[in-house]
This record gives sequence, C-alpha cells and structure tokens, in this order.
Amino acid sequence: MSGEFDIELPLLLEAIHLKYSYDFRRYALSSLKRRLEQALQDFDCRSLSALQERVLREPEVMRGLLARLTVQVSEMFRDPIFYRALREKVVPYLRTYPSLKVWIPGCATGEEVYSLAILLREEGLLDHTLIYATDIYPEALRKAEAGIYQLERIADFSKAYCEAGGRASLSDYYTAGYNAAVFDKSLRAGVLFSDHSLATDSVFAEVQLITCRNVLIYFDRVLQDRAVSLFCDSLCRKGFLGLGAKETLTFSIHAAEFAEFVRDEKIYQRR
Amino acid sequence: MMATLTPPAEAQAPAAILVGGSAGAIEVVALLLGALPVDFATPIVVLVHLPRNRPSALAAALGGKCKLALREPLDKEPLAPSTVYLAPSNYHLLIDPGPSFALSVDEPVNFSRPSIDVLFQSAADVLGPRCAGIIVSGANPDGARGLQAIQVAGGRVAIQDPDDAAQAVMPEAALALCPNAQVLSAEEISQWVQQPCTWQTSGKGAR
Repeated sequence: MSGEFDIELPLLLEAIHLKYSYDFRRYALSSLKRRLEQALQDFDCRSLSALQERVLREPEVMRGLLARLTVQVSEMFRDPIFYRALREKVVPYLRTYPSLKVWIPGCATGEEVYSLAILLREEGLLDHTLIYATDIYPEALRKAEAGIYQLERIADFSKAYCEAGGRASLSDYYTAGYNAAVFDKSLRAGVLFSDHSLATDSVFAEVQLITCRNVLIYFDRVLQDRAVSLFCDSLCRKGFLGLGAKETLTFSIHAAEFAEFVRDEKIYQRR
Repeated sequence: MMATLTPPAEAQAPAAILVGGSAGAIEVVALLLGALPVDFATPIVVLVHLPRNRPSALAAALGGKCKLALREPLDKEPLAPSTVYLAPSNYHLLIDPGPSFALSVDEPVNFSRPSIDVLFQSAADVLGPRCAGIIVSGANPDGARGLQAIQVAGGRVAIQDPDDAAQAVMPEAALALCPNAQVLSAEEISQWVQQPCTWQTSGKGAR
C-alpha cells in the first residue's frame, strides 16, 4: 500500500464525519483499508482523494460507500454452540423477568435477529420480549425487517438451527417461494428496527440481554471501549452480553465490570 | 519522491513469520513446528484452509509436535514471542498496527475464509520488511498475491518446491508472481525459518 494512501485515509474519514456524521475514524485499520481499496476499484477512483471529492459532492456515492464500509456477512445460528449455551445457560435467568428487553447492535441484515427470535419463541419468551435491532446502514435495516433470505442459504441455516438445539424444523418459520425464504412476520412483531451508531449515539434503554457478535472486530480498541461502555450502561445488573467466538473483553478497560458466564462461548454477565 | 529512511531489513528482527497452505500443508507445517527449539522467539502465524464451519482440528493435529505455545488468536490480541498462532476457521485473520491480530467476517477471498492473501497483504502493510512469508502445498492459488505484497514490502519470501509439495497449485501460483523467492523443500523450509543468516542473502527478489 502506498504512503499516499495512508495520508489520504484519515482525511477521507474526517471528511465523511464532517459531512455525513458517520464516524469510521476508529474502525480497525486493516479491514477498513481492504474495503476502501475495493471501493476505489468499484467507483473507478485513482486515489482516496479522488474518492473523497466524489463522496463530498455526490450523496449517492456516499450511500454506495456506506454499503461497502458497513457490509457484514452473517448467517443464522452462526456458531450453533453459542445459541445452545444461550438456550441452556442464559434462558433460565431470562425466565425470571416478567418482561424482557434485548438489544442486537449492528444487526446488519437480520440473520441474528431471527435466530434469537426463534430461540425465544421456542422457549416461550418471545411474546413478552421487545428486541431492539439496530444498525447504521438503512438498507441493511430494511432487509432485516423484510426477513427474506436466499433459498440457497437455507440449507446451512437449517443445519446450524438443529445443531443449536432447535426444537422443531427451521422450515416451520418460513415460507419458500421465488428462490427465497420469507420468515414468519410474527417473529418480528416485537422487534424494533432502528438506526443507532455505536460510534456516535448513546444509551437508549435498559435491557437484560445484548448479543453483538462479530461487530466489535471491525472497531479499534478505543471504539470497542466506547461500545462496551454503552453495553455496560444499557444492561441491568446481572444482565448478559454475548460476543462472537473470537471476541473478548480481556483487552477492554471495562473488563472488570463483567464476569465470564460461559467462558468458551464469550457470554458475559454484568456485575 | 520522498527518500525512505527505513533501515535495511537485515538490521531488524523479524516481527512475524507467516505460513500459508491448504491441501497437503499440515504435514509440512508439522515438520516446521516440530523442529523449532523452545526458545524460538519470532511469532509464527499459520493459516491452513480448513472446511468451513468445522471447529479447527489443526491445533490438536499440531499441538503434540510443537514445543512452543500454540493457539488461535483472539481479536486485538498482540503478537507475543515464542508463540504459534493458528488462523481460526470461518474468519479472515489480519495484522493491525501494534502489531496485533484483527479478524473479519468479510466475504471469502479466492473462495477462502480465512484467506492467505488477506493475512499476508495486511502483514506486508503493517510489518513491511519485518515479516517473512512462506507458501507451502495447496490446491488453490490463494496466497500468491499476498506473498508478492510481502516481497514488494521488503520482507523475506519462500515457497515450497512444487515438486516437493503434495499439491503444486498453490506453490506454482506463488512462484509465478514471486519468481525470485527461495524455493525450498519441506526440510529446507524448517532450516530456513531457524537461520536468520540465510534471510540476509535470500532477498535477491526484494528491492
């Protein structure tokens, strides 16, 4: 990568922040660079300066760039043992609350939302649960709300659902048609899809469970600390935080405010 | 153009040695790791393509043969000396400034996640001449561009001799982009890794 790229990078991020209030300045550098290199090709720009010129003056270029910078590829029941641990170890605690609030930050296109909704339905908790599904990318939120996934992905989802301890068949929760699986809209009756940024927004509710899997990996340590402090302030005492399999609070300045609840599955409990 | 004031690579200790492979790679990696002395300091990062959604059996396969600490890195974990890191399955593994590990679940590259190109390119960017890349046996061309990036950044590069490799596709693809790389047998790779003196004379393809 050229030295010029490294000079132009922070300038571009600053420009995006000043013009559009999206804050990528604390994203993990190596992944961000890869995505921006791809964007240079896609927008046929010779340099980040050229891309910056277009981003500032052509809002549709910013929309396209936002898609490329926020894209998260997720799967339903990714890491089935996480969902199994949630079901077996965390749900018994969740049952003790008369009503539940759950937050899924960085929900992207919603695979995790439907996974969790199905799990809560099978445990008899969904009817009195409110799920906040948030993301900064409006198009992803629209897709999440639609709950339509390509049929070719469903075989993997079904397998993961079974491994995650699913009590029925995944096909009970969607109707297939036109090469797509449309998930039952009753699953999202208690889901609020909303714009929220872990980089710039603040706490909005008290919740008993947060699952935020493979979102923090895209942040640097400083932004991770900011996000985790939001989780701290959002969780009720003894509330739960589920992270991705390779994510950890070990390096966080807020580590002491959480206890490891299911160590291997990165499920933490607020002290 | 600005003059670079980077000291010659020979003057710097390597910050990491990166090994990439797929089919037929585990035997080569096992040989390499088994030969390392317990006081071998440079962190080693091993990326072998594995079937998706399968917990890594690599640690179990290699752990018994290696005297060094061996584990899958967590997000943001700093690279520590005398440690062998194994890329976890179903994530890309990258090097961030620090140097520390970073992970992503971005789309597969070369049909691979983890992808050797992704790891090697990020290492070349962050570590420059302070890293070494090795491509061993494998059945797809992933890693060739990454190895080239390491070479362009002034790092040391080696490729398992395609005639010595169980699968020649990956070494051949790497050789096509890095014709000046050291071409070594599996045995010679183990020695090359342990002898920093040979690194100094091996860089004829580097700037």
